[in-house]
Amino acid sequence: MSEEKLSGAELVVRSLEYMNISTIFGLPGGAILPAYDPLYDSPIRHILARHEQGSGHMAEGYAQATGELGVVIATSGPGATNLITPLTNALMDSTPLLAITGQVASEAIGNDAFQEAYTVGLTMAATKHNYLITSAEEIPQVLLEAKHIATTGRPGPVLVDIPKDILNQKVEWIEPKLIEMPGYKPTLEPNPKMISQAAELIKQSKKPILYVGGGIIHSKANQELFELATKFKIPVVTTLMGRGAFPDGNELCFEMPGMHGNYTATTSIQKSDLLIAIGVRFDDRVTANPKFFAQNAKVIHADIDPAEIGKIREPEVPIVGDAKSVITGLIEKLADTDLNTSDWLNELNQMKKEYPLSYNQEEKGPLKVPFVLEELQKLADDDAIVVSGVGQHQMWISQHWNFTSPNTWLNSGGLGTMGYSLPAAIGAKAAYPDRQILALDGDGCFQMTCQELITASTENIPIKIVVFNNGNHGMVRQWQKIFYKNRFSASELTHHTPDYVALAESMGATGLRMIEKSDVKKVFEKMLEIDDKPVLVECIVDPEDMVFPMVPAGGSNDVVILNEDDLKKL
Amino acid sequence: MSERILSVLVEDKPGVLARVASTISRRGFNINSLAVGPTNIEGRSKMTIVTELESVEQVKKQLNKLINVIKIVELDPDNTIESEVLLLKVSINKDTQTSVIEKASLSGAKSVDVGQDYAVFEMTGSSKDLDKLENLLKPFGIIEMIRGGRIAIQTKL
Repeated sequence: MSEEKLSGAELVVRSLEYMNISTIFGLPGGAILPAYDPLYDSPIRHILARHEQGSGHMAEGYAQATGELGVVIATSGPGATNLITPLTNALMDSTPLLAITGQVASEAIGNDAFQEAYTVGLTMAATKHNYLITSAEEIPQVLLEAKHIATTGRPGPVLVDIPKDILNQKVEWIEPKLIEMPGYKPTLEPNPKMISQAAELIKQSKKPILYVGGGIIHSKANQELFELATKFKIPVVTTLMGRGAFPDGNELCFEMPGMHGNYTATTSIQKSDLLIAIGVRFDDRVTANPKFFAQNAKVIHADIDPAEIGKIREPEVPIVGDAKSVITGLIEKLADTDLNTSDWLNELNQMKKEYPLSYNQEEKGPLKVPFVLEELQKLADDDAIVVSGVGQHQMWISQHWNFTSPNTWLNSGGLGTMGYSLPAAIGAKAAYPDRQILALDGDGCFQMTCQELITASTENIPIKIVVFNNGNHGMVRQWQKIFYKNRFSASELTHHTPDYVALAESMGATGLRMIEKSDVKKVFEKMLEIDDKPVLVECIVDPEDMVFPMVPAGGSNDVVILNEDDLKKL
Repeated sequence: MSERILSVLVEDKPGVLARVASTISRRGFNINSLAVGPTNIEGRSKMTIVTELESVEQVKKQLNKLINVIKIVELDPDNTIESEVLLLKVSINKDTQTSVIEKASLSGAKSVDVGQDYAVFEMTGSSKDLDKLENLLKPFGIIEMIRGGRIAIQTKL
């Protein structure tokens, strides 16, 4: 019996339902319009963003919080080009994303039609893979394949571009089936020989360190990591993308290394004799100048993406595989090995005592971000999700917030996309309506995507937003102070600053403000009480404050600048 | 630095060449030659990429990430047969005609069209042999020359 024919647009919606997609983010327009019609009747929740970049970050926030596919839908031309930033962001941070874009009708492609852009070409370097649909029959199969590619191996964004005439074409639904893709077979199981070699190096090591990142979170390997570290007493450092992969507060956790990492984490790598690097990519914000990075250490590098291995640092033991399998393999191989790391741990703990993270909040002085953060964490739920923008505040959050479980820290690590926080927080809250979602943002970042506050209000997504207002692009200002003789070229935002409280109120949110130390607790209490609409807290902070420790770009991790006085070392 | 030859089996789909070229450009890899054409297997094309990069492993790994790239083999230079095609148009006149044609044919080129004031030669061979022909005919005035990119195949199974 032949089934009723469906339009390409109906196939898109039916495919999304078939893949159990419950929430998508998007913004309609001419070429994608046919797909919005069946969406009207679908149980899928569509969240209408105010800008396609926002919709993309929302889908990323949804995916980063859940570890599942985020879906974004946009029209052709500007709709698609506005997605390029979130797509590139998702590519850099390995976030599973499916973008569906409308395209001008097949026969108009290449003719510079209205709202035409060469989406597949433009996003080729911004996606893990992309497709141009040439017939409606392909739609279910391609969407399933796209989901498969986006969510397996090293996750990433996949875009499917569908011309408008194909959205209107009527065909039969053919149940999609995952067929083998000859060019896509991610290696999940590590080579046992490599695991044995790695275990041997670990046994011989006196100063091992687990250098772990986002790969642990994507692989959901945090419990295995916990077992490996605690069973063999191996200290752990977590990269910016790996915060929460191993609990802060554990005696083995030395938190974030790198450019603005803490002294002990950065130095532990320099002093280590063995880096056990899992799900990390030796990013320049961690390594500084790689020539001087961990010069005394042998390296075991495990990653699901073979191209990461040897890209920056040639490891002694390369392991291609999923972090969970790699760690399970290592635990089995190490079996009852008694690693004596107590001297090493003593050395690190001594260092931690000598070089703690610090800040100076004066009673009557301007607010300091680290102080405000610590006060907020005292009041926030344990399972709150923190979503950050990019810059000084992001570094302070990573330094001072205690992350104890994975997927509670969402930020733009690789691409450093300002404006990420607010929309990504909306995405996270759409996934977890019952959890506290804290968008902790800078004023520079907030102004990039603040129109999405309306989305949060309209869609009843009561997130909490803290805008750290220092009236500047703070990190830019910090660099200008240090490297450009206080010449603050184009970094000041103070001449025409929005009234953030009024702005919030005008967009259907509650606006609050804190200026002094005595405000902090009561304003946050009020913020956390309000649960029926978004709340924005403007927090006026010290514009002169700088993030330390700091290793200047291209420098050596052996020279950590601890404070302002230390800048003389440069 | 010595040359490395990659034989890349890809799906014959629209945009595959663009993906490969985009990856090469995006990662800043320099290449000497890239040729692409069909194979004996339906739906599969082969690209031959010649590079002098020391980081050829990175090139392989990055290209392997492309979904449409199926297999990459680095050819062993001692067991590889390489070939390239060339078309070359050179100026001739009454005085030079005989000598040009003779020189070219001694080098292994075939004359495919000879007019009053020009001759077109075709040649297949190693890229070094093609270089030689080019140098040989340069003094007579090369009007136009096209080379097809190097292709290579391993001799052993």
